[in-house]
Amino acid sequence: MSESLANSQLGAFTYDPAPESTGVVRLQSSYGLFIDGTFTEPSSHDQFVTLNPATEEVLATVAQSSDADIDRAVTSARRAYDDVWSKTSGAERAKYLFRIARLIQERSRELAVLETLDNGKPIRESRDVDIPLAAAHFFYYAGWADKLDYAGFGLNPRPLGVAGQIIPWNFPLLMAAWKLAPALAAGNTCVLKPAESTSLSALALAEILQQAELPPGVVNIVTGDGQSGSALVEHPGVDKIAFTGSTEVGRLIQQRSASTPKHLTLELGGKGANIVFDDAPVDEMIEGIIDGIFFNQGHVCCAGSRLLVQESIADEVLRRLVRRIDQLRVGDPMDKNTDVGAINSASQLARIEELTAYGEREGATRYTSNCALPEKGYWFAPTVFADVAQSHRIAREEIFGPVLSVLTFRTPEEAVVKANNTKYGLACGVWSEKGSRTLWVAQRLRAGVIWANTYNRFDPTSPFGGMRESGFGREGGRHGLEAYLDV
Amino acid sequence: MSEDRLDVRKTYKLLINGAFPRSESGRSYKVETATGDFLANVAQGSRKDVRDAVAAARGVQQKWWGATAYNRGQVIYRLAEMAESRRVELRDHVMLAEGLDREAAQRLVSRTIDKMIWYAGWTDKIAQVLGGANPVAGPFFNFSLPVPSGVVGVVASQESSLEGFVEAVIAPIAAGNTVVALASERRPTPAVLLGEMTATSDFPSGVLNVITGVTSELAPVLCAHEDVDGVDISGVSSGEADQLNVVAAGSIKRVFRPRGADDDELRRLRTFVETSTVWHTIGQ
Repeated sequence: MSESLANSQLGAFTYDPAPESTGVVRLQSSYGLFIDGTFTEPSSHDQFVTLNPATEEVLATVAQSSDADIDRAVTSARRAYDDVWSKTSGAERAKYLFRIARLIQERSRELAVLETLDNGKPIRESRDVDIPLAAAHFFYYAGWADKLDYAGFGLNPRPLGVAGQIIPWNFPLLMAAWKLAPALAAGNTCVLKPAESTSLSALALAEILQQAELPPGVVNIVTGDGQSGSALVEHPGVDKIAFTGSTEVGRLIQQRSASTPKHLTLELGGKGANIVFDDAPVDEMIEGIIDGIFFNQGHVCCAGSRLLVQESIADEVLRRLVRRIDQLRVGDPMDKNTDVGAINSASQLARIEELTAYGEREGATRYTSNCALPEKGYWFAPTVFADVAQSHRIAREEIFGPVLSVLTFRTPEEAVVKANNTKYGLACGVWSEKGSRTLWVAQRLRAGVIWANTYNRFDPTSPFGGMRESGFGREGGRHGLEAYLDV
Repeated sequence: MSEDRLDVRKTYKLLINGAFPRSESGRSYKVETATGDFLANVAQGSRKDVRDAVAAARGVQQKWWGATAYNRGQVIYRLAEMAESRRVELRDHVMLAEGLDREAAQRLVSRTIDKMIWYAGWTDKIAQVLGGANPVAGPFFNFSLPVPSGVVGVVASQESSLEGFVEAVIAPIAAGNTVVALASERRPTPAVLLGEMTATSDFPSGVLNVITGVTSELAPVLCAHEDVDGVDISGVSSGEADQLNVVAAGSIKRVFRPRGADDDELRRLRTFVETSTVWHTIGQ
């Protein structure tokens, strides 16, 4: 990694660089499509490059799937469903999934490094969160495959058939696991399209599927941009569409599948409120706010991007937050000490810059970390806006970056009204030592996930998903099976 | 009716926020019996009526969901009691609307009332059947609760004027939603009667709103309304349903479309509840 990256760690303490070695990853110069159990050449020669967003160096070229490629993948999934997977017992499906979980664990270091190279997230997060949770998801749903009769959907619930799954770039391997594990456990076959800027870990997963000897065609992985995703959504051979991404694209998908028999689940955007009462445990709360918005550079649909802080402690909380963001170590994602890594793409960086510029223009007070940013790559310093009004764009629109908007409230009623004053309904946080008040607030929040005295926790047993324009359907837990069963 | 006197006819009006207005538009339309005789001039609701009804439903939703599940069950049970005591009236209207003979109509009414009882019993069981505790790998107590989507729009069955209507509106109400329902266009009077019964059943005003009128005019308004969280579009043909589905996608609504004979009775409940999952730290 370049010297400028290594020298970018500023803050209260200085740390020597502790870079993870990239030697464990063997990148190919170009990647084909994973269809019918093998890597195949795409029908056209269209390719695109995938960059390391921390350095702008080209990592590899990846195939752009054409309509014909999508058709080939869906046909392969259909054949695998008809001929193999629908005749494979739940117990056997379970064992394949257990194998996949174990293989991810075995190759976890390699996968973590690959994820950080391609995505820009800190190695600490890919190592401790993304990859272990991906393995855990396969392990959890493996156990369901032969117990579907007990899942609460009646006896012998049937799979849907071929699932087309489109995932975002913020947690590439983890989102692949969230999609594939329940789908396969329920007996579906899959065509998975990773995000354009983060295809590599899904292609590494394809190798793992080969090592697991998963029957050919049960999972097909097709890379490409929105065009490829659109072709997958509109393919008549797809029985089920599972999409994670923006509300705008989700809306289009719901409209386009409106006149088809396709089943649909959507996991869309959010503008989570992190509500802090004056009796909250202070140190944990400050760390929770930081974790809620700066985890994964804020590229998190459930990020706590609106801080609602009780007026009596607002000054103190803001003072501590501003001090804390200066201590966040921003820079080389491969460094084990890094807290905030690279923004995933130039276009995402432009979006963050546009919205934060708006924040200043609309009159909010901006505090941005003094950290030095590397010269190459896509970077945005942790930023907190105070004096934010509910009508400001930075309080209404999903920024999907390391930017926190701070608003205040006086009473629990006001906190609830402000928290719910959004079209989204994905996640909220509540910080208080008073359990009865926490539950009172939780009852009134229109959000699919509520974290009390914690934030951004994920677990394969815990259903995740939104209300309102954050989408419908759940991923994780017993509830996550419903998305892939004909019930 | 056999008495030697001129009977007193009823005016069929809308139910919005607990009141029975004529349409704000002043319009009405002629409704005939199944055999083509004049039945009534029924209020022809407008898009403004639909919006008023949605506002009423939104306004009371927190109150309805905030009532105890036990209480909500008793309110729905009370509706069944009201329906039971007006069985004959309901039967006569179903006969007129659907052209059934007396016995068939009576059986249909009985079945409908029994269905209300079934849903009355669900209110305090949904959380246990659809929710639960999740054994996460960490020091957290984590539980999932089914909570209502919010305001549900119902485009009720055109054919099944009472039974279909009741099934479509009571299921979401039992789950804690409030409802704006478009009654069957040609057979609206049984739904109007049911709406009247809610006025004597301790239903908070606005929990059920019933709009009569022209489905093709009102359904797109209801399905496009951004303060409606979910829609049941049982009452339109599949071609029209596709159109409404597109409109509903504008604000990512939950959509219920009937699936026919093999449909799971719980699907009506499941479609209009959301799983809300709460993580709380465990510590000393």
